[in-house]
Amino acid sequence: MTTALIHFQNVSKTYDNGTLALSDVSTTIAQGSFVSLLGPSGCGKSTWLRIIAGLIAPSSGTLKWSTSHGARPDDIGFVFQEATLMPWASVLENVYLPLKLRGKALKEVKPKLMDALARVGLAEFANAFPRELSGGMKMRVSIARALVMRPPVLLMDEPFAALDEFTREKLDDDLLALWEAENWTVIFVTHSVYEAVYLSQRVLVMGARPGRILRDLSVEAPHPRHRAFRATPEYIAQCTEISDALRHDLEA
Amino acid sequence: METSRLLRILVPTLVGIAFILLWEFFVRVNGIAEFVLPAPSRIALSLYENFDSLMASLWVTLSITLLAFFLAVVGGVGLAIVFSQSRLIEMAFFPYAVILQVTPVVAIAPLILIWVGFDRTHLALLILAWIVAFFPILSNTTLGLRSADHNLRDLFRLYGASRWQILTELQLPSALPYMLAGMKISGGLALIGSVVAEFVAGSGTSTGLAWRIIEAGNRLEIPKMFAALLLLSTLGIAIFFCLSWIEHYLLHRWHESALRREG
Repeated sequence: MTTALIHFQNVSKTYDNGTLALSDVSTTIAQGSFVSLLGPSGCGKSTWLRIIAGLIAPSSGTLKWSTSHGARPDDIGFVFQEATLMPWASVLENVYLPLKLRGKALKEVKPKLMDALARVGLAEFANAFPRELSGGMKMRVSIARALVMRPPVLLMDEPFAALDEFTREKLDDDLLALWEAENWTVIFVTHSVYEAVYLSQRVLVMGARPGRILRDLSVEAPHPRHRAFRATPEYIAQCTEISDALRHDLEA
Repeated sequence: METSRLLRILVPTLVGIAFILLWEFFVRVNGIAEFVLPAPSRIALSLYENFDSLMASLWVTLSITLLAFFLAVVGGVGLAIVFSQSRLIEMAFFPYAVILQVTPVVAIAPLILIWVGFDRTHLALLILAWIVAFFPILSNTTLGLRSADHNLRDLFRLYGASRWQILTELQLPSALPYMLAGMKISGGLALIGSVVAEFVAGSGTSTGLAWRIIEAGNRLEIPKMFAALLLLSTLGIAIFFCLSWIEHYLLHRWHESALRREG
């Protein structure tokens, strides 16, 4: 198939308090794929994402990137569960942050910023402050900020979990459209079976205590996907299969 | 909205006027001696008669207060930044900052006066006012610098931000509301500090409002005492309002504390 971007070999993480958050994970993530990490809370999916981002180091095992320098790409997009915006800065300044930290002048990159905002449909809110926006709009700003450097990898940690269902489905569609338009690799953490199946090419179902991969499933339906996909028998069958796997793990 | 705002100014003003009228009336009807309780009109007259000397004293107190406050902001914020960069330094020095704070300024004042010398009372007053004003800014800013959103901090790390960028782009803006709250407390404390210190210093070269009060008290010029007191309160109120305005100006676009509820 496609080339692998990240290799994990026996990656484990034990926290200082002795919790084994992630146990012996070995897999690869393909370049340009949309992968979901799905599981109940406490299954180590956020820990894994943070290890990928380089925010925490694994206790044992190795993680290798197929980049020219073998390490994490410098530009990486990260979206948290909360929008995590700077409340004292305007929408434009928030999106500017990654470039500002790289020493780019605002004047020079402003078209880029406006383009990122336009892609999430917020161009006319550039000068608004985060508190003036709804939850869904804040999340869009957060996505725009993650995309502004056109990172090859986008990591998302339950990005839409705090939103209402309508907003969430709308943002799912927007995210899919963005992913289909670019050649990113997206790793998407969620605890929603329906969201994982709807979005991904591949779902890694994870179990808790210790956090580990239970199943590695591919979702065969071709992209681009649309709302109608949610009503197809194959979608429902796949959701049921995953739900059963999770229930089986919880009861075991 | 507009009417309630008008009421908020109008009601206390009316209460104040009523109180002054009652006071005047009470003093006149009962023929109370001037050296026990002077009537408001008498206080106003005294203010007018002693205007030059009182204004000169006001200026002395004001300049000491503002300078002490300014130095407290510089020192408090500066030290808080140092603390935020090193837990070890914070652990080593924070307890001593607390000691400085909890020891009553009246008790330290004689010592400072002796050290600085009675020929340089202004400097002693400045140091004492600074000691009082310094701590709230230090402790609030220290807290503020530490309370930056941890996800945002991760984000900064992810984008390879330097320590300096984390400080200036993340920690200082996050600390601003805390810092301003500390400044609001310290503004009043700087005034109290400079007045208390002058009381302890007593006679000497100092000629601030506190000295005018002592002097007037010794001569039983009670109306002048009230006049000086009036100026002190006005000064305190002015400092408070200035700082509140600065706070509103800096925070009104983004911080919860400064937002007006809609609807």
